[in-house]
Amino acid sequence: MNLQSVKTIYLAEMARSLRTVLQSIVSPVVSTSLYFVVFGAAIGSRISEVDGVSYGAFIVPGLIMLMLLTQSVATASFGIFFPRFSGSIYEILSAPISYFEIVLGYVGAAATKSLILGLIVLATARLFVPFTIQYPLVMLLFLVLTAITFSLLGFIIGIWADGFEKLQLVPLLIITPLTFLGGTFYSIDMLPPFWQAVTLLNPVVYLVSGFRWSFYGMGDVSIWASLGMIALFLGVSLAVVNWIFKSGYRLKP
Amino acid sequence: MIRVEGVSKTFRGGFEALRNIDLTIRRGEIFALLGPNGAGKTTLISVICGLVNASAGRVLVDGHDNVAAYRRAREMIGLVPQELTNEAFTTVWDTVSFSRGLFGKPKNPAHIERVLRALTLWEKRNNRLLELSGGMKRRVLIAKALAHEPQVLFLDEPTAGVDVELRREMWNVVRDLRDQGVTIILTTHYIEEAEEMADRIGVIRRGELVLVEEKHALMHQLGRKELTLHLDTPLSAVPPGLASHELTLAEDGHALVYTYDTSRPGKGEGTGISALLTDLEAAGLQVKDLHTRQSSLEEIFVSLVRENA
Repeated sequence: MNLQSVKTIYLAEMARSLRTVLQSIVSPVVSTSLYFVVFGAAIGSRISEVDGVSYGAFIVPGLIMLMLLTQSVATASFGIFFPRFSGSIYEILSAPISYFEIVLGYVGAAATKSLILGLIVLATARLFVPFTIQYPLVMLLFLVLTAITFSLLGFIIGIWADGFEKLQLVPLLIITPLTFLGGTFYSIDMLPPFWQAVTLLNPVVYLVSGFRWSFYGMGDVSIWASLGMIALFLGVSLAVVNWIFKSGYRLKP
Repeated sequence: MIRVEGVSKTFRGGFEALRNIDLTIRRGEIFALLGPNGAGKTTLISVICGLVNASAGRVLVDGHDNVAAYRRAREMIGLVPQELTNEAFTTVWDTVSFSRGLFGKPKNPAHIERVLRALTLWEKRNNRLLELSGGMKRRVLIAKALAHEPQVLFLDEPTAGVDVELRREMWNVVRDLRDQGVTIILTTHYIEEAEEMADRIGVIRRGELVLVEEKHALMHQLGRKELTLHLDTPLSAVPPGLASHELTLAEDGHALVYTYDTSRPGKGEGTGISALLTDLEAAGLQVKDLHTRQSSLEEIFVSLVRENA
């Protein structure tokens, strides 16, 4: 394992996040705070408890998950897309470094940044609503697995995209809608039976539900289904990344 | 130092960029790869550096297969690409240090400083790359390639778009590197560059290596020489007595030009110059001055590419 190379990519990517600290950290925190103000304080105060939890507290796990998914994808996709765009990817591909190490550097940095953001948003949320975390270790496990999995997805998007438009396409048209419709702001029990069945086809439901379970001990689906879904996501993402490097897709003619 | 054995590359879509290339680069030499646009120079470099997968054949770098033992092979190589590819918002120091770390080398600020000073980038070390001129950016790319102390340096069109003064500075840097034992392979459009620096020259055309030769031997073998004789009295035509020498009139009849080949003796004896001078005297022509000129590498290159067209 070429740890020096992995560390170099990792630190360079972290430094890039620090260079753009306003965009990287402040903006997601501000937007999450706005969600709390609007949905938690303004609208939430008029909504009764959901599954025995105040509405403000109910949306905390969903909002963290929303931020985690979008940030993981955005950071990792931009991280690998930019060297491709600028042409400096030649250096990465000609270095004595394995594909696994390249992924470890980029995805590791993106996942770290998302994790830090997740914890910052968690702390921010605590300023708005009181809540407790019943299973903190499970919560951390979900945070870590989700950050890694969606950073891998972002990495795949960053390789696939051949322009800035495509780079935005998946997060904007797929990730955000799926998260909004994945039980971030509501329990799927609130939906009519038909839409409940449809919603269960949305993989993000399982992530939000599992994450919420770690907070309050209850979710829309069983914790095992949630863990199974995140494991499936992770497996598929790893398989795709492996195929990308084996085939040289968009990297190596 | 580098052995390319039977390398071919056919891209998706069927374009055959390289055809069965065999090439050996010797340790410590400067090897210039010449060829017209699209000949396959960059593809060959990319295959050696691991940026492009070969369709057939193999590449050994100091005995290490660049696929099976890619780590050992790649850590010896530094690559300066043709395009100016830089991350605009990083500083010179950071980007060069990044390159060193990427190649698995521990931090060595003294080495980075040496490289930056050699390339006259030291004063700019804290500048972001977007603040630099094109020539400076190209030097940064060279600095990045040298950051991990490679034994082989590939320079793909290193002086494209660089002014004459800076080009000469870069040539000096390249020569210094060669003196330090670094093997250098450069592709260039500037024949002058190859003529000035290379020890050996390879000519690639339509994916085939049509020639590999020592530069001096190449110029000696293929170099045609011209003898220009400046006459006292201008002529309107070449006198019949000199017809066998295939002379041409130049400078409005004030000069006669004789073309000969040092490697292929002319008719009768040697280069045919003695016979020409004798015939000139017999024809009663007075020569007030004469000079000779050897074909430049550019002329040789153009004739080679035409021959193989």
